[in-house]
Amino acid sequence: MKLDQPIITDLHRRMVRIRLFEEAAGRLFEANKIPGFVHLYVGQEAVAAGVCVALRADDQISSTHRGHGHLVAKGGDLAKMMAELMGKATGYCQGKGGSMHICDLELNMLGANGIVGGGVPIAVGAGFANWYRGNDTVSVAFFGDGTTNIGAFHEAANMAAALTLPVLFVCENNEYAEYTARSRTMAIDEVAERAAAYGMPGRTVDGMNAVEVYEATRDALVGIRAGEGPAFIECKTYRYYNHHGIQTLGMKYRSDDEVAEWRERDAIEAHEQRMVDQGMASVADIETTRAEVLAEVDTAIAFAEASPLPDPTALLDNVYTDLSAEISSGAGR
Amino acid sequence: MSDRELTYLHAFTEGLRQVMEADPDVFVAGEDVGRTGGVFHSFDGLFDEFGERRMVDTPISEQAIIGLGIGAAVVGLRPVVDLMFMDFVLVAMDQIANQAAKLKYMFGGNATLPLTITTMGGAGLSAGAQHSQSLEAMLCHVPGLKVVMPSNAHDLKGLTIASVRDDNPTFIVLHKKLLGSKGSVPEHAYEIPIGSAAVAREGGDVTLVAYSRMAVEALAAAEQLENEGIDCEVIDLRTVSPIDIDTVLTSARKTNRVVVVHEAVRSGGLGAELAAQVQEHAFDYLDAPVARVGAPFSPVPFSPALESAYVPDATQIAAQIRETLDRPPPGQTR
Repeated sequence: MKLDQPIITDLHRRMVRIRLFEEAAGRLFEANKIPGFVHLYVGQEAVAAGVCVALRADDQISSTHRGHGHLVAKGGDLAKMMAELMGKATGYCQGKGGSMHICDLELNMLGANGIVGGGVPIAVGAGFANWYRGNDTVSVAFFGDGTTNIGAFHEAANMAAALTLPVLFVCENNEYAEYTARSRTMAIDEVAERAAAYGMPGRTVDGMNAVEVYEATRDALVGIRAGEGPAFIECKTYRYYNHHGIQTLGMKYRSDDEVAEWRERDAIEAHEQRMVDQGMASVADIETTRAEVLAEVDTAIAFAEASPLPDPTALLDNVYTDLSAEISSGAGR
Repeated sequence: MSDRELTYLHAFTEGLRQVMEADPDVFVAGEDVGRTGGVFHSFDGLFDEFGERRMVDTPISEQAIIGLGIGAAVVGLRPVVDLMFMDFVLVAMDQIANQAAKLKYMFGGNATLPLTITTMGGAGLSAGAQHSQSLEAMLCHVPGLKVVMPSNAHDLKGLTIASVRDDNPTFIVLHKKLLGSKGSVPEHAYEIPIGSAAVAREGGDVTLVAYSRMAVEALAAAEQLENEGIDCEVIDLRTVSPIDIDTVLTSARKTNRVVVVHEAVRSGGLGAELAAQVQEHAFDYLDAPVARVGAPFSPVPFSPALESAYVPDATQIAAQIRETLDRPPPGQTR
């Protein structure tokens, strides 16, 4: 089925926003302008974009340590994101969270997560709330192939299925759990095989093809919104950069040739080629989109760099809703 | 005000029922909480009143149970999730300590987490080393959590209602040995403020600081010692995070001697925290070192003969009080 042009264009713009934001974040990290860790989403853009274009604004998502792409795809504000990555007071979390805890609850993005598997039960909880309220909102858990080896994932997937909750499980199989190949960490060929164990439909799609991811999500959402319970989509994709940071070649755990092969299948370039081939955009249109996004990223960087650092007096704010941390610890008396 | 007597167990159920009747966003999820009413019957009758939508039987999946509560709370519901035995807290600790406790802070205040976690702690039923622990020190070590540990029916009902209405992740730790204990409990819905201790008994010679079942034992010890002319003040903390240190310090400055009592192992326990805070803030008032009564540093044993030797009791507390009082004030000889 041929997709409408607005969807194709939307998929493209969201992927480009992720790519250019992440490339900039990598450069700023190398330049020591971003403290801590960055786990870049570059290479996997078709997954976040494909899923989020199919979602409604009220649908929730939970994310991972590699979570920038999910927030961008849900409509995140690049300036507030970049400011958070730099630990600035104007960031999404006022500098309290950083890359691994970035979130926007108004966009129903329930947070990146520093613990592998930590966000999956939370997505199921949001799905429970949707069921409890009797609406047809869906909650999506994004996670990697490595997460499907952790107990919290199994508990959450089973619970969602047992309680028939409106949850979509999206596995981004990028073939590596940190620095260890997937084939060394599980004895099955396709992660989606695991869905059958919970009694939910599972399928594997090409995670380098945004249209395929979009269509799989759109189709899965129909049953989930109708109250049929959760579904599982495995998206086969690839992480161009290292688990953490911006090194891409010369790794002990994967070959440079392998990286080159996946880059040949780059999701954004393939999508742009399809747009041109199908007459949905000209090369000039695509260049315009890239230039617009680049300007948005530059503005975000300028905003973040010009933003103040958090005042140390904010250190103990928001540990509780109603107590100062001094009172709760008994200090300062 | 009613003089009606209610058991500790029924006071919990009544408090939960009243808060559920008043707020349709409150639901309960956990193992066997629905149709069975909980393995301790603490949820009896609630399934009949509220149905399977609000009394949710879950798989045996402690991480996912807490996650269910977190996700539902962060999008606006007011969940109560049950961990059955306090020992199972350890199974769910990532969701408790890395997720629930920190979300608000990590998100720069953007999240609110009105989540209540109920569980049953304490020894005394020969339940063995994995169903008898008092693990509150682990929870109190995590910023972002509140922890209440009531010792009587009246406080339990009021703290149950307050905990469910609270906008922070809050543990209600019941004591399985207190379930049948009776007390005067008003019929109406009322709150005991979280973080407020009670002076359970006034006295001038020594301050006992206790909570949960050990507050009951401390009161029994105080009664024993009354015959010996020793006048004990008993502070029932009721909430162990945040600690109402002001009430403790006021009493310490009055009696000049403090004994802290808890059922958890002494080493690394709340007694150490209380002793440290008392000496930090009231050192000049103390006539004796702050003493601690707690369990020895071992797992909880199974056999009743061993378990009764393990869990502190009124006799052991009384012995420690005599020792603390036997010490002459600084600068005086015996």
